[in-house]
Amino acid sequence: MILIIEMCKNSLHNLEFVKPIEDIIRKNGFEYKTVFYKNLRDFFLEDFDKIIISGTSLKDNMFIKSLDCFNWVKDINKPILGICSGMQILALLFEGKRKKCQEIGLNSVDFTRELLGAKGKIEVYELHNYYAESEDFEVFANSKNCPQAFKHKNKEFYGVLFHPEVRNKEMIVDFIQK
Amino acid sequence: MKCAVLFSGGKDSAYAAFLAKKHGYEISCLIAVVSENPESYMFHTPSITKVKKQAEVMEKPLLIKKTKGEKEKELEDLKCVIKKAVDNYKIESVVTGAVESAYQASRVQKICDSLDIECFNPLWQKDQLELLKDLINNDFEIILTGVFAYPLDESWLGKKIDENFIEEMKKLYEKYKINIVGEGGEFESFVLNCPLFEKKLVISNREISGKNNSWKMEIELK
Repeated sequence: MILIIEMCKNSLHNLEFVKPIEDIIRKNGFEYKTVFYKNLRDFFLEDFDKIIISGTSLKDNMFIKSLDCFNWVKDINKPILGICSGMQILALLFEGKRKKCQEIGLNSVDFTRELLGAKGKIEVYELHNYYAESEDFEVFANSKNCPQAFKHKNKEFYGVLFHPEVRNKEMIVDFIQK
Repeated sequence: MKCAVLFSGGKDSAYAAFLAKKHGYEISCLIAVVSENPESYMFHTPSITKVKKQAEVMEKPLLIKKTKGEKEKELEDLKCVIKKAVDNYKIESVVTGAVESAYQASRVQKICDSLDIECFNPLWQKDQLELLKDLINNDFEIILTGVFAYPLDESWLGKKIDENFIEEMKKLYEKYKINIVGEGGEFESFVLNCPLFEKKLVISNREISGKNNSWKMEIELK
């Protein structure tokens, strides 16, 4: 079963940032459970095979003040895919830094190495005002402005700054089927 | 949270408004942008008289902005009317019915970001068939008022979005890959009734014009 961690401060945003991920997972025959990140303590993470951390809206930076809700990431040994804010959280948990970079709309991203089935130049949908990087993560793709995809050097932790649930659904499928 | 709904009178913006209200958001006003350019990338081209009637039965104020519809310049007009909604109605967010168009969605996102307000797109990436079924299940009465893509023709005007419509659209999608929710401009719809309306709108007159695969039905409401 896949755990989807909702990141949205405003519940109406779940239809935009979480439901598309749920739809992809369900259509590919997997079960999932969706939990708001502040409610994770009520769940036994060992019950899940993989974890996806969703993105959220441009204005929603509430998660930055709640990194302690994600301390479990440092001890867990399961595959995690962080999308946008999810990617930023992964970087920050590993001594990373968050920097300003606005990219909104369709963009071209260059995968210098294959990650989650993506390689070469691909078109993605972006919606962020920040990106994050950490020395514990290797960068696999860049836009002309900032790193777009990374993987932890030692763990199965993936991060994408763009929203694959919009134009690159196959990357999410690759992650859950791995 | 107070929101303004970008409203065209069609099914997508109406359903987005319904979802916003269902999630506890207060619809402070509707915003309709009327483009003089029927081929605008950004806006559908609603009949403003009809949208005014819809706003009346929704009992919501309607802000109308006319635009020449020049690509990218029309966004300044949109920003102007959203700013007016912020100033006049203290809205903190905009709700749109965007489903698939990255062009439309990203441009509204940029405008909202520049005004420091939230942007909600509750139909984003929604499965097309699921959207049509949700409309029917939530008592939306919707008719087609325009068709603009092969193989749609005059016979589709006035059709109600119901189970039969879904079956017919499914067949068209399988054969022609037509966008069955019409977001690419394949068809336009008009909402005659929905849970947001205090009463149903009734058609008093209809006038059809067009040719080949581009047809429009102008309706007058009682």
